[in-house]
Amino acid sequence: MAMKLSIFVALIALLLPLLSTAFSPETPTDRRILVLLDDQSIKSSHSIFFKSFQTRGYDLDFRLADDPKISLQRYGQYLYDGLILFSPQAKRFGGSLDLAGVLEFVDSGRDLVIAADGAASDLIRDISTECGVDFDVDSAAMVIDHTSYAVSKTDGDHTLIASDEFIQSDVILGSEKIEAPVIFKGIAHSLNPANSLVLKVLSASPSAYSANPEAELSSPPSMSGSSISLVSVVQARNNARILISGSLDLFSDRLFGSGVQKAGSETTFEKSGNEQFVTELSKWVFHERGHLKAVSIQHHKVGEVVEPAMYRIKDELEFSVEIYEWSGKSWQPYVSDDVQVQFYMMSPYVLKTLSTNQKGLYSTSFKVPDVYGVFQFKVEYHRLGYTGLSLSKQIPVRPFRHNEYERFITTAFPYYGGSVSMMAGFFVFTIVYLYNK
Amino acid sequence: MAALENAKGTALRYACGNVLSFFILILIGVLAFSIRLFSVIKYESVIHEFDPYFNYRVTQFLTKNGIYDFWNWFDDRTWYPLGRVIGGTVYPGLTLTAGSLWWLLNSLNIPLSVETVCVFTAPIFSANAAWATYLLTKEVKGTGAGLTAAVVLAMVPSYISRSVAGSYDNEAVAIFALIFTFYLYIKTLNTGSLFYATLNALAYFYMVCSWGGYTFIINLIPMHVLLCIVTGRYSSRLYIAYAPLVVLGTLLAALVPVVGFNAVMTSEHFASFLVFIILHVVALVYYIKGILSPKMFKVAVTLVVSVGVVVCFAMMAVLVAMVASSPTKGWSGRSLSLLDPTYASKYIPIIASVSEHQPPTWPSYFMDINVLAFLVPAGIISCFLPLSDASSFVVLYIVTSVYFSGVMVRLMLVLAPAACIMSGIALSEAFSVFTRSIKFQMPKLLDDSDPVPGDITSGNSVVQSNQTKVEKHSAADKSEGTLKERPQKKSKKKEKEPLEKASIKSQIEKKLLVLPLESSVLAILLLVLLGAFYVVHCVWAAAEAYSAPSIVLTSHSHDGLHVFDDFREAYAWLSHNTEVNDKVASWWDYGYQTTAMANRTVIVDNNTWNNTHIATVGTAMSSPEKAAWDIFNSLDVKYVLVVFGGLVGYPSDDINKFLWMVRIGGGVFPHIKEPDYLRDGQYRIDSQATPTMLNCLMYKLSYYRFVETDGKGFDRVRRTEIGKKYFKLSHFEEVFTTHHWMVRIYKLKPLKNRIRGKTKKSKSSPKTSGSKKDERVKKNPWH
Repeated sequence: MAMKLSIFVALIALLLPLLSTAFSPETPTDRRILVLLDDQSIKSSHSIFFKSFQTRGYDLDFRLADDPKISLQRYGQYLYDGLILFSPQAKRFGGSLDLAGVLEFVDSGRDLVIAADGAASDLIRDISTECGVDFDVDSAAMVIDHTSYAVSKTDGDHTLIASDEFIQSDVILGSEKIEAPVIFKGIAHSLNPANSLVLKVLSASPSAYSANPEAELSSPPSMSGSSISLVSVVQARNNARILISGSLDLFSDRLFGSGVQKAGSETTFEKSGNEQFVTELSKWVFHERGHLKAVSIQHHKVGEVVEPAMYRIKDELEFSVEIYEWSGKSWQPYVSDDVQVQFYMMSPYVLKTLSTNQKGLYSTSFKVPDVYGVFQFKVEYHRLGYTGLSLSKQIPVRPFRHNEYERFITTAFPYYGGSVSMMAGFFVFTIVYLYNK
Repeated sequence: MAALENAKGTALRYACGNVLSFFILILIGVLAFSIRLFSVIKYESVIHEFDPYFNYRVTQFLTKNGIYDFWNWFDDRTWYPLGRVIGGTVYPGLTLTAGSLWWLLNSLNIPLSVETVCVFTAPIFSANAAWATYLLTKEVKGTGAGLTAAVVLAMVPSYISRSVAGSYDNEAVAIFALIFTFYLYIKTLNTGSLFYATLNALAYFYMVCSWGGYTFIINLIPMHVLLCIVTGRYSSRLYIAYAPLVVLGTLLAALVPVVGFNAVMTSEHFASFLVFIILHVVALVYYIKGILSPKMFKVAVTLVVSVGVVVCFAMMAVLVAMVASSPTKGWSGRSLSLLDPTYASKYIPIIASVSEHQPPTWPSYFMDINVLAFLVPAGIISCFLPLSDASSFVVLYIVTSVYFSGVMVRLMLVLAPAACIMSGIALSEAFSVFTRSIKFQMPKLLDDSDPVPGDITSGNSVVQSNQTKVEKHSAADKSEGTLKERPQKKSKKKEKEPLEKASIKSQIEKKLLVLPLESSVLAILLLVLLGAFYVVHCVWAAAEAYSAPSIVLTSHSHDGLHVFDDFREAYAWLSHNTEVNDKVASWWDYGYQTTAMANRTVIVDNNTWNNTHIATVGTAMSSPEKAAWDIFNSLDVKYVLVVFGGLVGYPSDDINKFLWMVRIGGGVFPHIKEPDYLRDGQYRIDSQATPTMLNCLMYKLSYYRFVETDGKGFDRVRRTEIGKKYFKLSHFEEVFTTHHWMVRIYKLKPLKNRIRGKTKKSKSSPKTSGSKKDERVKKNPWH
């Protein structure tokens, strides 16, 4: 079966080499990414970053941002699975691509990487804003930090920031701890705290602020402190992932290789954390980590196998669901102890933590509450860095049938006795009355 | 000798009369059935309106799954997500009747569809009701009155309005059950037969199965029993007529799942138990009176009265305590609004919002019972000449039903049979008086063309012997007969004298009731004219006023007939274009139709059992888009359906019902306030309307893109231009609008995939040089 499937997939891949779909587990290897550059030199100056993609099996298509032949889709089919915008200065894209095109691309479930820069164009800013990230409106401003800048040999450039304030998530940044600080040189952005979809991956230190480094600071900076985000990720509701960085240099070979010493700190690192940070983050963005799927939701009465169309109140039932995580190559069982199922009708009547068998199967059993109605089995699993699982399966719960109640109740025996003695008494009375004259 | 001849003639006459009345009854049945077929002929054979669709759906379920599954039916497609236990909340009489009819026809190899059977159930049962009326009136005032009442009932507009073909509602069978129960009660009262008493209990059971209006029976009969007791008409027949009915009837009523323990626990039934007790006390008193000497009896009376008073007080205390302990004082809302007509509009908007729960207007009496309204007083008078147990019952019936019909339009239906019976009696009596006068003067007229008034008394004996020939089976004759019978029965109880007196008295009265010939002829002509007028009105009402199925509308205009079939168009769209488990939200009026015709799950429907749920939908409809979206989304709603009549002038649309949504919603969720939707106490949708009104969901869904139809947005129902013409929907999208825009279906938009940042588009900043900005600058004429 699997063999057949893979042959089929290979056939499709041969026949339609240019067509591709969104993140799909079946065709992980021929995922194509369109890289838009301001100029071709970026391709060489950021070669390590691109190389890491190619070694992981991605197919990169480099284009200049104003290349008139750029098009994301043909005949309604997307040609790429991912888009990397390393073109901070592009005022408009070539070909048919525009702001709406990029957003549609994201809304179709595909991934996006945006790197801005000191001279980021409105187009790049607009795309970021649409994704929930607001760059500093002052186009000349950069992030300046006088306390946690990166000490370099030649001069003290306070716009070259060394930050180690990462998001605390193994899913996003990998299980291996990033020891060295990440060197950042670029513009600040802020996030709307009410926006639950966007995450600050790398934030600035409390002493950072966003201002024009060339000019005198005349008014208080519009953004300051740890509200400044340097690198953010967005996970859209359809699980499309977006990486937005205020600095294109973050991905460059130069910063990958340079040593770093954070101001005020004694430790000098031979190599900055950039490479590890960016590579791990790109793995997350392109779904090599933290992508869950739930399959085969099953429920049935205890002791039965077939799924009923309806439960009765007070039935004992078993519920199970299988959850897997995509590892980049295959679906691995997802192991966690905090997956919960709700038995839900306007509010959860039952809320139970599912127990796992370590092989991806989560199951539990519970008693249907003494309330009838149309219930749902709901699994709402939203964890930092993971794709959200929102499963619901409708199931009606009916009251007892007329013959499912107890026929004789112990407490009612006085009444039974009463009526029987009444009948007997009436019978005796009738006989006495009729024949006793 | 003469008597023997006379007896022979009488037997023959009775035989002829019986055959004749049999055929007349058959014709009445045909009339009752066929006058209700206008809806099928003029429109089509469809189920009408709202509730019948539910009954139809239930009947389908019954015929498909059998009675046990019907009894235990938990319906998960209505009242999402609460569901509804249909088997336990529905009066099953109608469904079982139509179901067994269908089963019977099918087992006779007459393969009719369930729908056909349902459509024709109501006309069939109106024929039955006419026959039951005949029986009842015959018991009260004789065959003539019975036949007249049956004819009148067969075509009374009030009853036609609820029983045209396709109007498959509880009332269709319930009116028959009501009349038949009354008939059996009177029959038992007249005969004192335990057989009829048992039948009476069974008929009452059928009534309980069919309609919530059974409480009318279980209150009216005790009232009558009480009346009989108070007026000293207690007899063992009364006891037999009442006691088995209460005991058996209550037991049987408790078997109906929807009634259950209500049969002994709600105030509506208490009167019957109280009278039951009183009846027994009275029976005991009569018994003791029979066995004691008058002197001893006096002692006993004082004893019993004092004890009885104590017991009564105790009982009253218990009753009052029980009633007071229940939150609604033991009365359901609908019954309370019967006692206090203003109750519903004050406290229960959900009851007040239904037009058939409103008090009727005067014209509606004339529309629904027409000339009967004028004949009823005459009928009441003739019921008092002489007053019997049976005629006192119909008098009580008409008096109470007039009161109830004044409270609720819907109960006009209960008044209609009473009015028919009364009018039947009145007409029949009038005819008998006039024809008797003519008959009496006919021979004189032949002999001498100048009848002398003074001869009337002298010719009485002739009249007496001849009158029966003319009248055949007139009411007067019958009443005389019953009056003659009664003394025989009562002779055992030694109550002969007063009744004989009464009988003699009535004979004397009858002799005096001879009117001048001319006036009699004229009066008969006028009565016939009146009858003709009634028939014309009834046929008109049946054909024009009450036959529209309300799911298909028609209108006549200068360019011909227009048919508006938008409802079925919308429901068909829903059933073809949405997922099976999608939930559709609409105001509750359309719930039954949506589940029956579109087969989609609805949030609320016409069975308004959960006020909060309805209030939730009302709140959503009166909220701004975002809040409404949240409410609907929390109920898993996928589609919202609104009915909009502004384009074609269909007045009963959702905008006109909207204030009720606000009231019902505000009754549960106080942040919805009615004054917010009114400008100076006026409900308006034009530019003077309040912002809350113009921004609420109902307004937006009704008038979305409406301005595109005529460029002005002129609403033909409210006769005004709408206030807010150009707007966009942010959380809903229009998916379907029917041909005449009467039904509009919207889909809830899914949550946005991304959440935008805070910054406004930076195009406003001076430094920008976006391409679009450039283009705009070029277009600027000042550059």
